[in-house]
Amino acid sequence: MRGMGRSLLPFTGKRMDQAELRRLENQCIQEEPPQCVAACPLHVDVKQFCSLMAARRIDKAWGVLAKTLPLPGVLARLCDGPCKAQCVRKDAGGAIEIDGLERFCADAAKPVGPPRPLPPRRKSVAVLGGGLTGLCAAWEMVRRGFGVTLYCAEPGRDLAALSESILPKGVLARELDGLRAMGAAVEEGAEPTPDLLESLLEEKDAVFADADDLPEAMRDFGEPDEITLGTRVTGLFASRAGETSAVFRAAAGRRAANSIERFTQGVSMVTGREQEGPYPTRLFTSLDKVQSVPPIIADGLYTEAQAREEAGRCLQCECMECVKTCEYLKHYQYYPKVYARQIYNNESIVMGTRQANTMINSCMLCGLCETVCPEDFSMADVCLEARRSMVERGKMPPSAHEFALRDMAFANGPKCVLARHAPGADASGYVFFPGCQLTASDPGGVEAAYGDLLDRLGDVGLLLHCCGAPARWSGREALFEESLAGLRSAWESLGNPKIIAACPTCIKTLKSGLADAEIVSHWSVLRALGLPEGAEGGTAALAVNDPCAARHDAALREDVRALLEQAGASLAEPELTGEYTECCGFGGLLSEADPELGRRVAEHRAAAREEDFVTYCVMCRDMIAKTGKRAMHCFDLLYPRAEDPAARPSPGYSARRENRVRLREDLLKRLWKEDAGNGSEPFEDVEVGFTDQAASVMEERRILKSDVQKVLLRARETGKRFVHGGTGHFLASHRPVVVTYWVEFEERGNGYLVHNAWSHRMRVKGGKA
Amino acid sequence: MSVIKVPEADAAGWRCAACGEELVPRAVELEYLDSVFNVELPACPRCGMVFIPESLALGKMNQVERLLEDK
Repeated sequence: MRGMGRSLLPFTGKRMDQAELRRLENQCIQEEPPQCVAACPLHVDVKQFCSLMAARRIDKAWGVLAKTLPLPGVLARLCDGPCKAQCVRKDAGGAIEIDGLERFCADAAKPVGPPRPLPPRRKSVAVLGGGLTGLCAAWEMVRRGFGVTLYCAEPGRDLAALSESILPKGVLARELDGLRAMGAAVEEGAEPTPDLLESLLEEKDAVFADADDLPEAMRDFGEPDEITLGTRVTGLFASRAGETSAVFRAAAGRRAANSIERFTQGVSMVTGREQEGPYPTRLFTSLDKVQSVPPIIADGLYTEAQAREEAGRCLQCECMECVKTCEYLKHYQYYPKVYARQIYNNESIVMGTRQANTMINSCMLCGLCETVCPEDFSMADVCLEARRSMVERGKMPPSAHEFALRDMAFANGPKCVLARHAPGADASGYVFFPGCQLTASDPGGVEAAYGDLLDRLGDVGLLLHCCGAPARWSGREALFEESLAGLRSAWESLGNPKIIAACPTCIKTLKSGLADAEIVSHWSVLRALGLPEGAEGGTAALAVNDPCAARHDAALREDVRALLEQAGASLAEPELTGEYTECCGFGGLLSEADPELGRRVAEHRAAAREEDFVTYCVMCRDMIAKTGKRAMHCFDLLYPRAEDPAARPSPGYSARRENRVRLREDLLKRLWKEDAGNGSEPFEDVEVGFTDQAASVMEERRILKSDVQKVLLRARETGKRFVHGGTGHFLASHRPVVVTYWVEFEERGNGYLVHNAWSHRMRVKGGKA
Repeated sequence: MSVIKVPEADAAGWRCAACGEELVPRAVELEYLDSVFNVELPACPRCGMVFIPESLALGKMNQVERLLEDK
């Protein structure tokens, strides 16, 4: 929950080992016991009990008590609910009235017989003294297969004084019958004496003494040990006198039984006993959004309706903090402890199907889980490390990130990359780095922003390049380094100027990748310079959307808000905002690995507020716009150009490429009076149009206009194509590299109209397709 | 290895434009990530050009690709 904001892990490329798995499993607290179960000295499953009671499954609920409590009919009525002090509900109306519920259940449920004891151990023990503690010890030991004889004047003597309303007649007798039925012998009228004790120590494997049912004179064995209840006398265990709580007396009986079991087996008396009796648990349960509801108080016993209502107040404690805030974690139906195990198993598979590949590749790496987790569990670290290991071992599915990486290669190719000093300058104090997605989505905004920086700051160069985030997200660290090396050499060619970066992901990536560069955000520069001329704040309130890359950059978030407010915008915050912001579904390349889940994540984010969105990451803008939600990038307000920018559709994949190329050409021509010198490749001259249907399926199937042009050129050159007798449409295919594209088209003058396109990765052996 | 028949590889109405021939079923080898499958697909009897319809590419072929990739 501290939100450490660790930068991405150092690259190891190793697969998860057992020790790492155990560390991760331990870090996720979802399976830790609830506060009530940990606080109960007998560890009754209070959560399960309440759940069954609320569902009116009273007999089942009784089964939960009877499984754990010795003499359940007695204990359930005498329990004073020590768990109530730890109940999470106590701060939202009041602790669950567990004692009242237990009493109701004991009364209403169908009685069950005593548990079936374990097979005989051939060890005989004596219990001396038949107070509640002694009875419980006898119960616990006979269950475990010890031969048990109970010596006392009168079993349950200390319970005799209880009123009928607390312990109805016959309840104790029924439980004593149960004790006998399990095989315990009860020697009534055997007042404990020193001689009896001595002979029992002689003849039995161990003896337990109920200190509260012994004469004072016999308690000369010293104060029993806190952990083992062992005494100075070997083989003699005893309770500590004076305990008044019935459950703690029962817990002493159980502790003694555990000790005697260890003693008779000759194993350590002390190791691993931390969770006997009450212990602290790490489970965290948030009271956020929990309505305060006061407990039901009854005069006597609850009615059934009251019991159900009271049990229904139980919060059914669990953590799930990360799952509650993340659509991806929700989608896979478990929680990080289970995911860590699945990822470990996935990595350990030698032969067979790796079930978790898509899960590993779908994490947005956005860091929200780590920020909300009470223990700082980071799925991003686990998934990214797993991706790196898959790449390293050649186990990454080839198609998982290929399209995004092709796009990155294009953005880093000669048609898109540019590194220039300001026009007419031969040095740069600053260089503007808009990032490859802003240039792809809003080239006009980039031109306006650069023009503004030139006007007001002067010696600002321009650097068009990808920051390498897609390579990093895909786990391809070598490719990331290669991209970074290209970026570094372009930056150095400009004399290592300060980098003004506009995209939050670029800022984050460059800060770790170009550690020696001084990187400032475009927004902090604009805040220092003042608003650009013509900036508008819009007329209606706007929902400000922090991108996940700004999660740990409070200054960046603050700069953007200050700028928007200066421009007159009235801002509303989504529930998850700032450090707790949600990813749009693009992060970590989710929308590549699982486009459907990516879309759902974007829709979830888009629904976070009614108002139009404004954000400072263009991928957030485009992902949200794709859902049909009105969304703007800050450039739309700071450098207004269009009538209704919030309605601008997200450009398709092909348009994004063309935007980058055209921006570079335009800037070179207009500012540097240069021709871009992009020799066009032959396929680019193929004139092609698309039906709406074709354009839509191509976007969904990640087929680019250039892919289609290559197919059409090929068909024109070879004449190889099919023709349909009915529609007259042609069909041709081509495999430029690793994907075969099929295009259904008709001829239109010198060009083509495309009706449909599809692709596959399988290859016809010996064939062209 | 037996030849896999794929009923969804329906080439109804299509013929080879270059040769003018109707398509006929032909056994071809499909290859992906070191796996090879013998599949009967429509092809031109003269030039051998193989036809892979949309339903096959997006259906069974895609399933097999994903399976081989463990995606």
